[in-house]
Amino acid sequence: MPDIQINPVIAPYALDVQGVSAGYNGKLAIEDVSFSVAKGKRVALIGPNGAGKSTLFRAIVGLLPLRTGEICIEGEQSAAAREQAAYVPQTEDVDWSFPVSVLDVVVMGLARRVGWLRLPGRQHRELARVALDRVGMADYARRQIGELSGGQKRRVFIARALAQGAHILLLDEPFTGVDHPSQHTLFGILDDLQAEGVTALVATHDLNTVARHFDELLVLNRRAIAYGTPDQVFRPEILAPAFGGQIAIWNADQQLIMLTDQCCP
Amino acid sequence: MTQVCAEGTVLFEWLCRPFSYAFMQRAALMALMLGIVAGVVGAFVVVRGMAFFADALSHAVVPGVAVAYLSGGVHGPLALGAMLAGVGAALLIGFFTRGGRIREDTAIGIVLTASVALGLAILSAARKGSGGLEELLLGNILGIQDGDLRLLLVVGGLLLVTVRLFYKELVITSFDPVLGSTLRYPVEGFRYLLLIMLAATAVLAIQFVGAILITAMLVTPAATAYLLTKRMSRLMLVSAAICAGSSVFGLWIAYHLRLPTSAAIVLTMTALFILAYLFAPGRGIVWNTIHARSAHAD
Repeated sequence: MPDIQINPVIAPYALDVQGVSAGYNGKLAIEDVSFSVAKGKRVALIGPNGAGKSTLFRAIVGLLPLRTGEICIEGEQSAAAREQAAYVPQTEDVDWSFPVSVLDVVVMGLARRVGWLRLPGRQHRELARVALDRVGMADYARRQIGELSGGQKRRVFIARALAQGAHILLLDEPFTGVDHPSQHTLFGILDDLQAEGVTALVATHDLNTVARHFDELLVLNRRAIAYGTPDQVFRPEILAPAFGGQIAIWNADQQLIMLTDQCCP
Repeated sequence: MTQVCAEGTVLFEWLCRPFSYAFMQRAALMALMLGIVAGVVGAFVVVRGMAFFADALSHAVVPGVAVAYLSGGVHGPLALGAMLAGVGAALLIGFFTRGGRIREDTAIGIVLTASVALGLAILSAARKGSGGLEELLLGNILGIQDGDLRLLLVVGGLLLVTVRLFYKELVITSFDPVLGSTLRYPVEGFRYLLLIMLAATAVLAIQFVGAILITAMLVTPAATAYLLTKRMSRLMLVSAAICAGSSVFGLWIAYHLRLPTSAAIVLTMTALFILAYLFAPGRGIVWNTIHARSAHAD
């Protein structure tokens, strides 16, 4: 810890997870997970199906009580600090036929600012438009939410997270059902947000994009198996035990071949 | 109205005569108020996929009304009995399904049928004949008292105020309960609030259309509005307008065709739903077919 001794006012981690266990109905889905993310980093969360990726996200935003451990956001542990983190759910967890417009969805992120018993006003819609503009979706404000493509739906939910005032985005499988150009757009938006100091944690099955587009990786399989840069993490001795039967690794003529089964996320 | 409906003209006989009777005026007033309330509450029923739940609650009020009926005939505390039974059933269904122990549709099926059976058993054990039961299940606009209208005005008004006050929270917890939780809203609390509002609406409607057809007032106009609108606020307004409009129209046509009023009202609502299903801009199947064909021709 020499760094801290030399400079005690070093900026706190954007997200600091220490010894966290959580689960449903008495069963733990994640156990003793610890990792720390610096502000503005883009971290991929990878692991086999049922590794507890969504559980970890839910624990971070306070949807699940922690059985053990603690989570600090920008150095604070309070419930108010948790609001700095926003969860962007998987596509299949949202009812896209619900009668709300794109702008309505983003305004929902401002609900606490609007306050109890009140309806959103012009200033809230204006803030929502600003958030939509940040993800390049301002032109779609009046569309019904189900009329958008997969990538556009993602961007709207990111806009909602920004409207919430979140500095930490937790994106659950944002690339599922999203075509390549839209993926590219999403990464562009994440680049812009990173430059503004937004930290992003992205759960994904797409290991190809992980290697190219992320600063750091967290390998999760009930426990945190590894945390580091892609070079540090993409090693057979780390991935093989983490993915179990879902990955096969060959070492043929200096060339490492990894096969993964991405079925059924 | 006075000019158009000058007494003695053909138009008067056809259009206004039905509403010149005191009982029809009371029924029309009830149709309007009830239509607005059921249309608004029904909007949430439809977007949350709670139609089966609504059906269960409207049947669940039967044993409560039966007990109240026995304690004092038509002047018994019918509304109180219905309210208690309805809220009790809502809580019971919520209790059975808590923690995913039993699937919701299973719990609903059990509570729904048990309620009607219990009402049936209570009424026949008391040997009061089937008159009371028939009224319960099918409604009876002839029995509407001024007190019923006052109750509707107060409870219905309360329901509308509740929707207005918690509109934002109700929509958020319906659309995205996960966001609701992260905003630290009592998501389960709002679900129970909706169930209680549903039970209250069922109680108000039981005299008008009867327990069997209450679901139609809650579901059919809102489903029609769902096909015609893209935003929740608009959906609620259109649903209320359709529900109130078809209730009054159903009343009127029932008078002319000598149909049971509840049947005429529900069939009117169903006809509007079918029209919307076929012709709704952008969604109706006929509209889509024609549009696809003309796009193909281009």
